[in-house]
Amino acid sequence: MAAPYDLNDNSVVVIIGSGAGGGTLGNELAQKGVDVVILEAGNRIEYEEFINDEWESFSQLAWLDNRTTGGGWRVSKDFPNLPAWIVKAVGGTTTHWAGASLRFQEHELKALTNYGKVDGANLLDWPITLAELEPYYAKAEDKMGVTRTNGIEGLPGNNNFKILKAGADKLGYKECHTGNMAINSADRDDRTSCQQTGFCFQGCKWGAKWSTLYTEIPKGEATGKLEVRPNSHVVKIEHDDSGKVTAVVYADKDGKLQSQKARIVCVAGNSIESPRLLLNSASSKYPDGLANSSGQVGKNYMRHTTGSVYAVFEKPVHFYRGTTMAGIIRDEAKHDPSRGFVGGYELETLALGIPFMAAFLDPGGWGRSFASAMDSYANMAGLWIVGEDMPQEQNAVKLHGELKDKYGMPIPDVWFTDHPNDVAMRNHAYTQGEALYAAVGATRSFPTPPYPSTHNLGTNRMSEKASDGVVNKWGQTHDIQNLFISDGSQFTTGAAENPTLTIVTLAIRQADHIAKEMAAGTI
Amino acid sequence: MTTIYEPSRGLSRRELLKRGTVGAALLISGQAVICPEAAWALEATTLKPETMATLIRLARDIYPHDQLADRFYAVAVKGQDALAAKTPEHKTLIEDGIADLDKRSGPGGYRSMAWEDDRVAILRDIETTPFFQAVRGDLVVSLYNQKEIWPIFGYEGESYSKGGYVERGFNDIEWL
Repeated sequence: MAAPYDLNDNSVVVIIGSGAGGGTLGNELAQKGVDVVILEAGNRIEYEEFINDEWESFSQLAWLDNRTTGGGWRVSKDFPNLPAWIVKAVGGTTTHWAGASLRFQEHELKALTNYGKVDGANLLDWPITLAELEPYYAKAEDKMGVTRTNGIEGLPGNNNFKILKAGADKLGYKECHTGNMAINSADRDDRTSCQQTGFCFQGCKWGAKWSTLYTEIPKGEATGKLEVRPNSHVVKIEHDDSGKVTAVVYADKDGKLQSQKARIVCVAGNSIESPRLLLNSASSKYPDGLANSSGQVGKNYMRHTTGSVYAVFEKPVHFYRGTTMAGIIRDEAKHDPSRGFVGGYELETLALGIPFMAAFLDPGGWGRSFASAMDSYANMAGLWIVGEDMPQEQNAVKLHGELKDKYGMPIPDVWFTDHPNDVAMRNHAYTQGEALYAAVGATRSFPTPPYPSTHNLGTNRMSEKASDGVVNKWGQTHDIQNLFISDGSQFTTGAAENPTLTIVTLAIRQADHIAKEMAAGTI
Repeated sequence: MTTIYEPSRGLSRRELLKRGTVGAALLISGQAVICPEAAWALEATTLKPETMATLIRLARDIYPHDQLADRFYAVAVKGQDALAAKTPEHKTLIEDGIADLDKRSGPGGYRSMAWEDDRVAILRDIETTPFFQAVRGDLVVSLYNQKEIWPIFGYEGESYSKGGYVERGFNDIEWL
């Protein structure tokens, strides 16, 4: 059924990446009758092939191409070549994501207005309002089957949630439940319900969790208007003398360079690869890279203010059982500067298996203190902090000065340093998390540092004015009319919420815009 | 390749004891580190067997789990021998690192120091060295990624084939 398009077919929309942004956009356009080619760098691995084993799954799914890091973040010291834990496979990081699907709050879309100028931060208001996004959020929630929307029941709480809830009650938190999860609580959309298997991060072997791999992509392919080309690693976007993009050069499965002509190009390679590609596509006409007249391509890299709190109890918890992230406290997600920082954060349940707990509990840690924490694994509960971090111009995805990949393209060098606001927020969250667990009898707790980034945002940001950012309110680059950004790199600010729902929402909205403009003949 | 084998048909316990002890329980014979109590042996191909024995001790001092038998640590460090066989630089890194450790530990070497605290004090002095980092960085995976140890920590591993935990205790907590 999947339509194979000719390399010289210049009528197609070429989407780079098949994750939350690219996979959704591809299906939405195909449903409207637009011809689409998705170029995906990774392999096509169907969900039956996912592996319930942390390191094996990591080898199967993770993006492991060489990257370097710099700046003050601890990830750069502990995992110098792994700034991000994201996926290289059809479905992108929607194979690995936890499923938490929260709408942004109104004030977060106007961060500069509501927080005021913050020293050292490059804050900006989004050029869109929550009211404009709401109808698209509703479509995304229906598409993804988000619990507690569209009459879909919440997931049942696992042991880790029960502890979180008991602690939340003790601390007086009001909004604590099993989350808005794009994981089926009952059979829906020809996919089964959650079997409480754990291993959400390793790809759901039941297909109960929404992923473009087995929803958007096959639906798009069924129209006969979508071709997904796996193992197609894009190295460059080309343009003509007028500046319009015309073709995408990629290495095929044999490493041979191919060129796919395009009417429109949509970049959705996540916030490290997307700006890298624009920068690597520099030409005599665009010496600083494509769509970079503002100089903002690659800048304002955000990764959410994260961290974890693990706590040990006298008796067993077995927190790895069941849905990994079906548990949330939203009370701290508000903007309340009396806490000593702007923006807010969510607290969400999280569990790791023994192999990843060893790697991430206290990277580099060893000795009795570390080992005795591991000894208490069965009695552990855990939560993840996810809060709004400040966009900063010097936090950036840059091209490495010397190192190149096997296609001769400079590799990405990812720089990040916490803003003082990020540090204050994380410390507040650590204190709350430790208090929460102490309130239910924890005998010991661990303020665990951030993992390699799972939420990568902001490196091609959306702005009202062309001088402030890379794309307009439709994700269309300010500089090049037929070049779009369709992933989380277009986020103006990060908000406190897990980004996938908003990426999907923006992709549905962008598809409407692209189809309309194509019909009008303007692009 | 480094192999772990059952030495029962090789050396007798009596013979093993004649060849000298390593720490409390491990023996060295030829290229092998042998644990007569638990009937296993680790054969070194490139690194000295004394080095392997010290690595086993070192591994336990880095991640001391009293409920784990030595053989898990032996399995965890055998990759050092395999890597040393492939890259001479790694062989030098490990042999020099262990020699340095022994030098810092006084006349009997690292393994002769009876108290963990005394050994750990030495490790704290070298924890930023490439040698220590190479050993610890590998060990955090090679030890904790052994499926055999997971049940000892109360981790059940793969669950899909058992139908997940929906009927097997995902919400069975009773003490709250």
